[in-house]
Formats: sequence, structure tokens, C-alpha cells
Amino acid sequence: MNPAFQGLLTIAIGVGGCLSYFYFSNQFLDKVLFPARGPNAGKNINRANLVRPWLFLLPAIFALGLYLAYPVVETIRLSLTERQTLSDGTTIYNFVGLANYAQMSADPKFWEALINNMLWLIVVPAMSTAFGLLAAQLTDRIAWGNIAKSLIFMPMAISFVGAAVIWKLVYDARPPGSEQIGVLNAVYVWLTGNDPQQWLTTPFWNSFLLMIVLIWIQTGFAMVILSAALRGIPEETIEAAIVDGANPFQIFFKIKMPQIAGTIVVVWTTITLVVLKIFDIVFAMTNGQWGTQVLANYMFNQLFVARDWGVGSASAMVIMLLVTPILYWNVRNARKEMR
Amino acid sequence: MDNIAGTKSSLTWAVHISVAALVALWLFPTVGLFVSSFRTADQIATSGWWKALFPTEQSLTLRTADPDTQMSVDGVYVIEGNLFTGEDLSDEIDMSAWGTSSRDIGAYAPGDTAELRDGERITVQANGDYRLESPVEMEGSRGQRIFVTAELPPDFTLENYQQVLFSGNATDSMAKAFFNTLTVTIPATIIPIVVAAFAAYALAWMDFPGRALLIAVIVGLLVVPLQLALIPLLKLHLGIGIGKGYLGTWLAHTGFGLPLAIYLLRNYMVGLPRDIIENARVDGATEFQIFTKIILPLSFPALASFAIFQFLWTWNDLLVAKVFLIDATGQTTVMTNQIVELLGTRGGNWEILATAAFVSIAVPLLVFFAMQKYLVRGLLAGSVK
Repeated sequence: MNPAFQGLLTIAIGVGGCLSYFYFSNQFLDKVLFPARGPNAGKNINRANLVRPWLFLLPAIFALGLYLAYPVVETIRLSLTERQTLSDGTTIYNFVGLANYAQMSADPKFWEALINNMLWLIVVPAMSTAFGLLAAQLTDRIAWGNIAKSLIFMPMAISFVGAAVIWKLVYDARPPGSEQIGVLNAVYVWLTGNDPQQWLTTPFWNSFLLMIVLIWIQTGFAMVILSAALRGIPEETIEAAIVDGANPFQIFFKIKMPQIAGTIVVVWTTITLVVLKIFDIVFAMTNGQWGTQVLANYMFNQLFVARDWGVGSASAMVIMLLVTPILYWNVRNARKEMR
Repeated sequence: MDNIAGTKSSLTWAVHISVAALVALWLFPTVGLFVSSFRTADQIATSGWWKALFPTEQSLTLRTADPDTQMSVDGVYVIEGNLFTGEDLSDEIDMSAWGTSSRDIGAYAPGDTAELRDGERITVQANGDYRLESPVEMEGSRGQRIFVTAELPPDFTLENYQQVLFSGNATDSMAKAFFNTLTVTIPATIIPIVVAAFAAYALAWMDFPGRALLIAVIVGLLVVPLQLALIPLLKLHLGIGIGKGYLGTWLAHTGFGLPLAIYLLRNYMVGLPRDIIENARVDGATEFQIFTKIILPLSFPALASFAIFQFLWTWNDLLVAKVFLIDATGQTTVMTNQIVELLGTRGGNWEILATAAFVSIAVPLLVFFAMQKYLVRGLLAGSVK
């Protein structure tokens, strides 16, 4: 079957199926199970209203349970087992305790990935938030600020893979003596007169060059959120500061910053989540070679190159562990807001 | 807050200049890719893309006409013509220097006469006209090589797009991948919206025990890394017979998109005016009617916000496609995967890479600029994922 046709059919079945499920289940509830007539009409309406939320929620709960909650449990289990194919072709999973974790911690590539991820976690959210704050503060003051914002925000729409190609061209290196077509080397040769560098294969610094790609993408996000927060600051507090003779820098750091601290934390944690899962950029630009490995790419290699599901699951659990504090913090905040 | 900066005009200028610098810095890499996609492989390899926008001094290697076109005039053998004949160049060429040896390509000025071996003499004019004279009959099958240095105007081509979109070359072709991406994206955007909208309505406007807990769980699931889901779900798909393919990919995208969808839509629906809903209830509308006739139309901005998020995310995704969609035959490759493969096989061919990448980012950029308002609104409402 032609995939495009299959796609249309899926939309029809998916959307039509969902809608008719909701429609008919509601009809069934109101007309057959608890009809709002007869001696028990009042009671039946109440009963129907008790059941109805679950009708509305059922498909979502099913999908969430199967596609997000179950995998968490299953990954924990897989990380404690070893996959073994028997002679008759069936696959069994032997419980091996923490052996996968032990094997992983003996792998220098894992530690390289973990250390790099920590570097990413420090550099990317900090730089993106700082640039975003700078851009938000500056663009709010000028007439063409909205156009400027739109252009800084644009990389958000570009895929990580597309961004990887864009920046690979920037970092491109040609042999010494020939015309440099990568901007970075062109500027470097022009400024220092040294030979051009193979930036992406130079360990340690190449990780930062990959981080720049993500900073470039995430700055726009930080800018949009922080700009809204800056506009929400009550005008009186700033006017009072001006009357008291504060200079623009004091106004920014002493008056505005404390008032948007909450938003800065939200932006920071959101970018942190993106960083923890970062895969495409590293995969497309260096594939973890030359000391640029990160956890998500390490895990991908374990799963689909080494085909070791146990260690792969164990490294996924490490990512989950790193996410957990943010998960806890988000849930706590959400509950606080609900009250 | 113009009044703060407005008091000091020097500061205002500093702001204008810094914003311009910031925008230029952010735009520069993308523009580089865009410009490169309109240049030939030779142009990309010999000069930086930033030079492509201005006339550049380039050196060309050209030839005079073949010896068999020579004519005998007054006992001298002569070949005359224009060096640029047959070259695909515009006519306003003004060469600055020329030479006959690769060791000194700028040896002569236009109008000079150079002595070659065997008593041959050649004169080349600035516009490319040349006259080659020899006392004896010239031999060989090819004309004399001439190196020319000239200022050439910017020159762009659509050939790369032709190659990437219509050539049918399996390794370079993005056309198939483009349609595959579209096939993944559209159902994966629409289905989660429908499922999430009903759930969000229940969480926003129906009272039932466990509601708060359910919302907390959804907020928690928002941040679960999808890396965790890869093996268990692949195992599940293989186990129940879906295998690798579109169906599994649509389901996976639906599952991964649901928490954000429910969260965004619920937050929006909670803010709708209570009166409208209660009036409708009093008038005897069923919950299903309230939802389809009142809530859905009113929630359009939130639905649009999520649709854009999900569209951008599924269009730009690589990991989910690699795990759940692309099988060994490679028939179902998507654009992001195709580009990664091009990076491997065509790592140095920037004309193909740049064009392929631009084809894949053109659609998200269009959506971005057309619907930026909703995107920003969605970001502000649910800056969690």
C-alpha cells in the first residue's frame, strides 16, 4: 500500500475512531447504562457523571501508560538482565543483578560521556539563558525589536540535524594554503596567520563547538520566555528606581533580575532537559568520536551498534536518574499551583 | 520601557548596534548554508560563501582554439578568437592579468604579447580577444593553455536543487524522503490532538477523585526522556507484529506527544469562562456536546500552539524515525536520516549537503514564520518540554 494513502487512512481511522469512541461511549452511558429517566433518573445522572471522566481519559491514559510509564518499568527490568538467544531461536532474559552497571562503569567511553554531559549541563543552559536575557533586554527597547527577536528565535524551527550541517560548514577546514571555506578557519587564519585547524577533531575544545550549536538553537527560546517576564514587571518598581537615581545597569541587576528569578529557573531547567537528551547534534557531527561522546549517543551505540540491551538500558537509567530531580521539582510546583 | 534608555542617546545607539550584531551573528550560519546551496561545487571549494555575494577575482584556465583552425596570412600561421567563447560567463568580463604558465599565471597585462616556444607569439586583450601567431605550422590536437585572472560577477545556479529533488539519484534524492517525512508528520500531529483534547477537558472541567494525582503524573511524564522508551517499545512492536514501519512511528509520536498536549490544553481550558459551560449544562447540553460545540472552538489557539510544536518536533526528529521506522531496506527513510547519511557518503560535497539540508528546513521555517504567534503563546503557556 502506498504510504501516503496509508497515512490518510490512519488519520481517518485514528481521528474517526477516537471521535466515534467518545461519541458512542457517551451515548451508551447516557442511554443504556444509566438512562436519565424512570424512578432512578437523578441517581443515574450522578452515576453517569462519576463514570464519564474516565471515558474521556481512557485513550490518553492507555497511551501514556503503554508508551511512557510501562517503558520506565521495563527499562529498569532490562537493565538488570542479560539477553540470551537459545539454540532453538527463542530469546530469554537472564537476571544478572547489577552486572550491566558494573560493565558500564568499567567502560572509559561511558565516563567520557558522563563528564561531557556534565560539561554540557553547565555550559549550555548558562550561556543560552545569558544570551536570551541579553537579547530580551536589548530588543525590548528598540522599534525593530520584534523583527530582531523573530530572527534570533528562528533556529528553534531548524532540526538538530539541519543545524549540524549548518555548523559543520562553519567549522570546515581546508588544507593549509588553500582558500578556507569555513568561516571559523577563515577568521582564524586571517587573524593569527597560523595554519587552519581541524576544529571538530581537536579533543576537549570540539565539545564546546558542539555546545555552541545547541546554544544557538536554545537562545531564542530563552529570549521569548524572558522577554515576556520582563514585560510583566510592574512599571512602578522601575520608575521608583529611576527617581532614586539608579543607573540602567543597577535597574537591570537589582530591580529586574530578582523579579524574574522564577522564570529564569524555569528556562534553565527546560534547557537542562533538552541537554540531557541531546543526541542528534553529536550523532550527526562527530558520532561521539574524538572525545565528544554524550550519554544519549553512548546509549544509542550500545543499543543499535553493540546490540547490548542490558548496558543500553543501564545507560538510559542514568539519564532517567539525572532527570529525576527536575521531575520531582516540576511535580511539586504543579501541585503547589493547583491548591 | 523606552523611557529608561531614551534619557541617554549614546546608550540607545549602543543598544541598536548590539542588537544588530547579535542578529547578524545568529543569522550568519544559516545564510551561509542558503547561499552555498545556490553555488556550484567548484565555487564552494575555491572561495568562502561570503565572497559569493560580491564580484570576485578568480583565475580561470582556458584554451585557444584548436590548431586545425589556423589560417595562413602573409606567410604567418594565425589563430584568432575570443578565450571566453563557449564558456558559460556573462559578457562583461574585464581581465586584469593573464599568463601562459601555471607557475606564473599573472605574468602579462592585457594587450601584452608573450613569446612562446618555437617562435610563437600570443597577444591577449582585456575582453578575451587573442591572436596567436607562428612562423611555422602549429601542431597538436588542442589549443594553447591560457591562465586568466578576471573579476567575475556573482553567479548562482539552481542545478543543486535539480540534482537533489528531481534527479532520481538514490543517494542524493530528497524527494522520496520528503514525502516519507510528510507521511510521518501529519498523522503524528493530528491524532495526539484528538486524544489529548478529550482528556484535557475531563481534567479541566470534570470533578472526580484522583484528578489532582493524574495531573501530577502527567507533569511528571512530561520530562521522562524518550530514550527510556526505545527498547521496551521496539520489543513490544516486534512482539505484537507491528514491526518497524509507519504505524509504530505514529503510535510512538502520539504517546510521546501526549503529556505536553494534555498539559497545554488543560491549562488553556481551565482559563475558559465558567459561565458559558454552566449555562450550557443548565440548558441540557450533554458533556459531549459542550466539548465539541463550545470547548473545541474556543480552544483553537491552544490547539494551534500544540499542533505547531508537534509538527516541528516530528518533522525534525531523527531518533524515533531511526528506531521505529527505518528498516534495512531504507525505503522509509526520512529527511533527517537522509542528511546524516549524506554527511557520511558526501561529506565533502557541500553543494549537495547544503541543498539537502535546506530542503528539509524550508518547511519548518515557513511554518515558523507563518504561525510564530501561536508558537510563542504555546511556549509561554507550557515551557516545560
